[in-house]
Amino acid sequence: MPATTVSKALRDQSHARVFDLGEMSLRELNQALHKLTSGSNETAWEVLNPKGSHSVAVGVDQPISIDVRGSVGYYCGGMNDGGAITVHGSAGPGVGENMMSGSIVIKGDASQYAGATGRGGLLVIEGNASSRCGISMKGIDIVVHGNIGHMSAFMAQSGNLVVLGDAGDALGDSIYEARLFVRGKIGSLGADCIAKEMRPEHIELLQGLLDRAGVTGVKPSEFKRYGSARTLYNFNIDNADAY
Amino acid sequence: MCGIVGLFLKDKTLEPRLGSMLSEMLISLSDRGPDSAGIAIYGAATGNEAKITLQSPKPERDFRGLDAELAKAISAPVSIAVKSTHAVVRTTPDKVDAAREALQTLRPDIRIMGAGEAVEIYKEVGLPEAVVERFNVRAMTGTHGIGHTRMATESAVTTMGAHPFSTGADQCLVHNGSLSNHNNVRRELVRDGMTFETENDTEVAAAYLSHRMAHGKNLGEALEGTLSDLDGFFTFVVGTKNGFGVVRDPIACKPAVMAETDQYVAFGSEYRALTKLPGIDNARVWEPEPATVYFWEH
Repeated sequence: MPATTVSKALRDQSHARVFDLGEMSLRELNQALHKLTSGSNETAWEVLNPKGSHSVAVGVDQPISIDVRGSVGYYCGGMNDGGAITVHGSAGPGVGENMMSGSIVIKGDASQYAGATGRGGLLVIEGNASSRCGISMKGIDIVVHGNIGHMSAFMAQSGNLVVLGDAGDALGDSIYEARLFVRGKIGSLGADCIAKEMRPEHIELLQGLLDRAGVTGVKPSEFKRYGSARTLYNFNIDNADAY
Repeated sequence: MCGIVGLFLKDKTLEPRLGSMLSEMLISLSDRGPDSAGIAIYGAATGNEAKITLQSPKPERDFRGLDAELAKAISAPVSIAVKSTHAVVRTTPDKVDAAREALQTLRPDIRIMGAGEAVEIYKEVGLPEAVVERFNVRAMTGTHGIGHTRMATESAVTTMGAHPFSTGADQCLVHNGSLSNHNNVRRELVRDGMTFETENDTEVAAAYLSHRMAHGKNLGEALEGTLSDLDGFFTFVVGTKNGFGVVRDPIACKPAVMAETDQYVAFGSEYRALTKLPGIDNARVWEPEPATVYFWEH
């Protein structure tokens, strides 16, 4: 990093607005975040002592950075639209649910349904994610450094799920059009989810996702791609057992 | 929703703080279930004393003089310690069945919350904070314990509908979820001689485990059985005289998080229940896998 960038980063750090959830309420934090309008100079925020609180930094709609120091409960960063949220701990169920744009980075593990229904943005989980990761994803990109649990990408409609570790049972059950890239083992594939060829455009796409998620030393060629066989798109009585 | 907690101590120096630690864990989950709460605490079993926890809707009437009357009825020494609507009766281990029988005639309105050498159970309608205060749970010592704050879905909001449910000596269970085949399982267990006090699905799960253990299964095997024989959603946390177990159904949509250090194993429906435990920042924290039995014993 050039020296000028470092000093700017430090200056930004020193100007961060600090919210201590040990002293202030979650509602005060979220109201302050919601009051921000475009062009605000308050672009760096720090949240202390979350201690598993629910709904930390939900509904952010400005391009600000938020560093959460500790573990959060349900729905952290839900509906995020442009914020860059980093949780320096683990996240409870529903982190980044219905994210629109921006990014969320979880330094630890994530619980159930991380990134559920997300429409855009990037969710990075540096630890493991639990069951139903990316369920019904609709355009979000999710990169998990570790493993994911069962029923992940259930009914996924669009977007990319990248898993450096293993996936649990019923991966991509009833999947529509999302792309799933898994480097490790798969417990089992769900209904209508199949392994697919890694073409050059997928290698390129995956390399871009790995770069954006800060993953180094891992090649796209180490992954397999999974997606929809598209046999359940239109109801056919012969497929009734597969639903 | 319901909230459940459990704490199994490995480090004896924490034993004086068990009640306060478990109380804080449970209170932190109050908004998961505000209608009733309960706690089971296991003190050290001495081998020469049994405890029966009783509950009465009219404690002044039912508990006064009960020790002397019961001692006479079962021809054994009896002591009684009253806490609000509950009382713990102590007698010799061989007299527990006789005491149960005698209580039915001496005090027909009394309910037996649980019995065994180690366990005491306190549960009532109300928020965890109120229940904890009412029974002075924070002052209790012990080796392990479980707790529950209830959002009723399967049966009435009553003292007996609160968790934990105890259906065998020193056994008890708390549950987050709902069982869909509890009526069928209850019928089968009744046919095999089990008795029930409520319409509650969780009581069926507790009785299922007691029944299987009475037929020679160990707790681990009995918990394995729940995965094939009980239908519905569940996270169970169970206590035995010297053990602590956890199991989630194969779908595992009910939340659960565990932490382990050299000092303890802890369970919470949510991480925030664990945040005040000593050394939690460096604990191994994980979500129990679906359809997997976890079990610790002293």
